[in-house]
Amino acid sequence: MARKRVDLDRRTVLKGAAAGAAATIFAPNIVAAQSKVVRIGMPTILSGRVAQLGTSSRNAVQMEVEKINAAGGLAGRQIEMVIRDSKGQPQEAARVSRELVNSDGCEILLDAEASSGSFAVQEVAKDLGVLVMHTNSETSSLTADPKIRIPLAFRSCRQGIHDAVASGAYAAEIAKAKKLNRWGTCSPDYAYGRDNTQLFVEYLKHFYPQAEVTTEAWPKLFQPDYTEVITRVLQSKPQALYSALWGGDLTSWVDQANIYALFSQMEVFAINMADYTALTAVKNLPKGIHSATRYIKTYPATKANAEWGDAYRARFKEYPTNWSWENWVGINFIAEAAKKANSADGKKIAEAMRGLKIDCPFGTDGTVTMRADDQTVIGYAIGWGTTIPQEPYVPEVKGATWDTILQLEAEWKKRNNYT
Amino acid sequence: MNLAALTDCLTSASCLVTQTTSGLIIGMLLFLVAAGLTLIFGVLKVVNFTHGSFYMLGAYLALTVNGLTDSYFLAVLAAAAGVGLFALVFERFFMSKVYGSNVLMQLLVCYAFILILDDAVKIIWGPEFKSMGMATVFQKPPLFIAGGIVPVFYLFLIIVTLILSLVLWLIITRTKFGTVVRAAAVNPSMVSALGINTGLVYSGVFVLGGMLAGLAGGLAAPVRSLTAGMGFSILIESFIVTVIGGMGSIAGALLGSIMIGLVRSFGSIGFPLFVEGLMFLLMAIILILKPSGLLGKEG
Repeated sequence: MARKRVDLDRRTVLKGAAAGAAATIFAPNIVAAQSKVVRIGMPTILSGRVAQLGTSSRNAVQMEVEKINAAGGLAGRQIEMVIRDSKGQPQEAARVSRELVNSDGCEILLDAEASSGSFAVQEVAKDLGVLVMHTNSETSSLTADPKIRIPLAFRSCRQGIHDAVASGAYAAEIAKAKKLNRWGTCSPDYAYGRDNTQLFVEYLKHFYPQAEVTTEAWPKLFQPDYTEVITRVLQSKPQALYSALWGGDLTSWVDQANIYALFSQMEVFAINMADYTALTAVKNLPKGIHSATRYIKTYPATKANAEWGDAYRARFKEYPTNWSWENWVGINFIAEAAKKANSADGKKIAEAMRGLKIDCPFGTDGTVTMRADDQTVIGYAIGWGTTIPQEPYVPEVKGATWDTILQLEAEWKKRNNYT
Repeated sequence: MNLAALTDCLTSASCLVTQTTSGLIIGMLLFLVAAGLTLIFGVLKVVNFTHGSFYMLGAYLALTVNGLTDSYFLAVLAAAAGVGLFALVFERFFMSKVYGSNVLMQLLVCYAFILILDDAVKIIWGPEFKSMGMATVFQKPPLFIAGGIVPVFYLFLIIVTLILSLVLWLIITRTKFGTVVRAAAVNPSMVSALGINTGLVYSGVFVLGGMLAGLAGGLAAPVRSLTAGMGFSILIESFIVTVIGGMGSIAGALLGSIMIGLVRSFGSIGFPLFVEGLMFLLMAIILILKPSGLLGKEG
């Protein structure tokens, strides 16, 4: 029998020796570090036009991590957040995420990116096999589409399809009561604006088939002057107008539409109005704009929600945003799942998280659930109401019904071959 | 494309009034920024890429002064004066060092200041967007002229800008300073040989250009979302205006601004999904037919 010969050249020996030395030097530190802290990497937007959202995500996580660590951390290991700025660029989000895992030793990713960045982070998580919690991406396909979904990726924020059903149902009810048949739309001309508006119109017509869209306006993202868009909408004289504008674009548009008295000429449904970033920025907020709640401390009208909103404000001198509560949900799901699994291991946390229900100030019934089949959160509070120019800004909120949302979401998934 | 809607609009008095005034207001605010840009280029032969940042600075200064004094008019004046002062420092200590250098060097200096000013705004006023709010005097219902809607505030802006255009024209064509400026634009060596301090003339022109941008920022602040980086989009449109009107021509900038305003206004009715494209198409056509711009000097 021939004996297999093992060739050892100089390079192989040197490589082996180097690896051995590295293992001897660094292994004890790694073991010691693992037993002490668990690092969670957080790519988010800390500079640029939407930096406020990234900052508010960081703030919310910071507040919660302190509580979780005080209660023992993740299965006995203290959490150490490693937060990096992606500047809102998908390629940077991917690069930063890879670095967080490979160089900074993060074992879990808390992805506080906008949708475009989240898809990039999802690819990194898939490649490196780490647990990722998407805390801000509302694009439904991220977790709904089985071709995109991965076992270690979860979502802790609202989802486009849920919003669309809730919005369509609310708007249809107003439309029926006021006979609003002629509709216009004015939304930013990029993926979110287009998808959100198309879904809203679909469900508005589902609940109120008489509704007809007679005019569409698609201003550019970050457009400074909306004059021609506003006058075009006024010329077409719709009875109601839907807008998915957000942030500074929305406040600019409101200021400019205000001087054309647009709000007295039609019912306006601006889905992103009821977030403190926009509500507090507009100096002459018109009364009676219909809006979905993004984050307001009065909805859900619970003590826990109000206390959290006040605590955040007391600490950071401003109100939380939509992204703040979504990050609260993300980090708390990780903590509760780690408790259930009695482990800080990403795979074990993922297993424990599927179907997990946790107490939450932002849930319709005080809880939210991580749905097992598509690993996305359900049961969070979605409501619509009309604005007033001072606090509480949206005094009466009509909550959406989750039974209807889930039923129509299932049909939507079927239509899109997601099930 | 909706040509039927455009035809309906062109034959309807109410639509004509609304769209024409909206086109004028878009154009007039653009003109104030573009006029400074083209004036600086015409005399100094420098493309001031920081001009959009001057506009941003004007808007933020107006926000602060308005907050302190509750007076929109004081806020606008402070915006013009403050940006003029900043432009003086910027020109004396930085831009004057790169006059005559290649465009790349000028571009680098300007780009550095765009980044510095954006960050300075974030440090001083915060990273989140701000809204100044409408002055009480303009919180009035819009006027209805021939069925068309004309906001009172926009009417004020159009009148103010037209007066400023007239004043600017008088300064350039009827004053000694204007004569020297025009001479320096054509032959700076000869102006210098006549004993005139061209450095002072250059500073004066740069300050005037900066004041116009600051004024535009202050005037527009009540209807704009204030955020770091807000100068960038207006800079691009101002460049389109200066290219259409002819680099260095103030009258060309006025013509170009009004054309862009009207194209945006009526284009949104007939070609709602191609409004941006229409602007660039207009620029391309003019560049093909007259490469120096409508009122620019050849070669």
